[in-house]
Amino acid sequence: MALDIYKINPEFRDIMPQEIIDLEEKATWSVKMEKARGIKELPQSKELLEEHSLCAGCPEAAALRYVLSALPVPEETVIVNSTGCTSLMFPHIALHTVHSLFGNQNAVASGIKRVLEWRFPDKQKDVVVLAGDGATVDIGLDYTLQSFFRQEKITTICFDNEVYANTGGQESGMTAKGQVFKMAPTGKKFEKVPMWELAKTSGCHYSVNLTASAPKQVAKVVREAILIAREIGPTYINLYTPCILEIGLSANEGLGEMKDQDKGRFEFYKHVSPEAEAYLAKCKEEGLL
Amino acid sequence: MSKRTDMTDTHNWSGQKLVSTDYMLFEAPRTKHFMTGSEVLKEAVKRCTVDASVSYPITPQSEAAHLIGELWAEGYVGVYFRGENEFGVMSEVAGCSMAGARTITTTSGPGTLRAMENFAMWSGTRAPMQLVLMARGINSPLTIQPDNLEVFYLLESGMMIWYAENVQELFDMSIAAFTVAEKPDVHVPIVTVVDGFFVSHTREAVELPDDDIAIEPYDPYASPLPPIDSEMPPGRFLRDPFVMKSNYISYAAHASWQFEIRSAVERSVPYAKHFLNGLVHVSGDEDAELAFVACGTASQQAKEAQRELTKLGIKSKVIKLRTIRPFPEAELLEALQGVKHAFVPEFNVVGWLANDVKAKLYGKCDTEIIGGPRVGGGMSMPAEAIIAEVMEKVNG
Repeated sequence: MALDIYKINPEFRDIMPQEIIDLEEKATWSVKMEKARGIKELPQSKELLEEHSLCAGCPEAAALRYVLSALPVPEETVIVNSTGCTSLMFPHIALHTVHSLFGNQNAVASGIKRVLEWRFPDKQKDVVVLAGDGATVDIGLDYTLQSFFRQEKITTICFDNEVYANTGGQESGMTAKGQVFKMAPTGKKFEKVPMWELAKTSGCHYSVNLTASAPKQVAKVVREAILIAREIGPTYINLYTPCILEIGLSANEGLGEMKDQDKGRFEFYKHVSPEAEAYLAKCKEEGLL
Repeated sequence: MSKRTDMTDTHNWSGQKLVSTDYMLFEAPRTKHFMTGSEVLKEAVKRCTVDASVSYPITPQSEAAHLIGELWAEGYVGVYFRGENEFGVMSEVAGCSMAGARTITTTSGPGTLRAMENFAMWSGTRAPMQLVLMARGINSPLTIQPDNLEVFYLLESGMMIWYAENVQELFDMSIAAFTVAEKPDVHVPIVTVVDGFFVSHTREAVELPDDDIAIEPYDPYASPLPPIDSEMPPGRFLRDPFVMKSNYISYAAHASWQFEIRSAVERSVPYAKHFLNGLVHVSGDEDAELAFVACGTASQQAKEAQRELTKLGIKSKVIKLRTIRPFPEAELLEALQGVKHAFVPEFNVVGWLANDVKAKLYGKCDTEIIGGPRVGGGMSMPAEAIIAEVMEKVNG
């Protein structure tokens, strides 16, 4: 059923915009693929993100492309979003996406995942939360952590740009100590929240901190996180997508900033629980990775 | 645990025979029981083929929420868990409803206020879930007693609001509520209100149909918006990002959506009339010049006052509003014909119902609307208090 919903009614085919036709014909839907989907198809295939309305050179837009290219089964994936820069991109995603409130994304995702398991016990439907650091760690921290405690089978991806970018550059809990932003005119007084560690302590079976500097790495992590969430329990990815606008960089400097931070605040961190480790090994054998 | 896929054309997943809401409410033979409001809500949910419920403890709705949990354990409800707080719960049930589930939850007083941001989102998402509100006072100072001030905060949330007077009405209304809320041309959330303790904890005689029948399941594919389940093409509105654009189209899109929610609530009127046997119930002397306009337990007390006034030779009638949203304007105007003075007794200190009645009827009838008596913080409203208010008016 799920892929069929992207098929165009033959009666309307001649009036369909090219990008809709491409979505049917050239997108890398998992059922059409012999191997796992990934970054390598990006140049030739139709992407699930039509365009984006973020700033030129925004690393978050690039990161979203990597994430979407790595979804194991996009035609059976629901994405739950929150308020922030990400909510400007969501309307352009070809999948089922939800935006409801600022901060409640893991609560909404919990309800969706449980009902999809109830309504479709014989199908695997993935629920992925994609939200910024304000949504995930500040206003929504309770709901993020509680979904981990409850062992909800969802993947949470935080686009950590270390600032409230969409509202004009205010300090967030993920801002580095000392950084001057709006609402912190003399510099932030406390340390960046180690959310990837909180995720581990709170029951995530997979928690990673990384930058979006290496597309293949991002795709690999996303894929592993979603597969583990299906079978084992909650997974968390903290992904640095700097706000070049708010830290005074040019459109072509985002990648350099991420590479710098690969050795800094976003030095690669990975926690995998023993059950998740065993499951990943099994996935490898079955060719899912 | 039951599986939703165990459902057949004739029976739901727990083996109950599927029947129409008309049969359940109007035709099925009933037997007499003696139950509290919390217990009767369990009986209603049991007969409603409910997919999902999320709970959180707060007095006085906790028992009702436990009992729905028992139904889950017994296999009648598909998904059930305790959320982290009311804001979380109302988001969790929103997720359940968006994913295509018939969904119910319960809350009270401070819980309602904590969850507030969700309610406008529910109606904006056209999610047809049911919230059973067992009204209690709101802080500060701390109170757990019956007081319905919280309903005021919900009036313009875009949700339907029905008000049940007693245990029997709670049973019948909460079944009808799913059916009306899920009509494709309505499809907005519904709040079924009862006064906490007075109804939730009071044991009354109640007539119930057998529990081997249940109403037809919710069909998410008849929804005006596609359910979030990857089984329907994504809603077109999701692909047109007008949200952040400052132009006329974006303003108009938002405004027309808001108007549409209010229109959807109004479109529920014929369905509500049918299933509730009218949006207002009138009792007492038809030709009285004195009336009480009330909802919930206040109407019960007004009826008591009406009977006492009869003994004193004063004619009066009670107009009980069963729906607050949609506001039963036409029915109320009809019931007020010939009435000179209408009192609005309320279980809150602000008089939101009196204010609403005045606003809705302004310039449309000659009846003087008198807000009062009002009690709050859990005080009871004896008939004497109502009669005293009337006497003050009558004796000038």
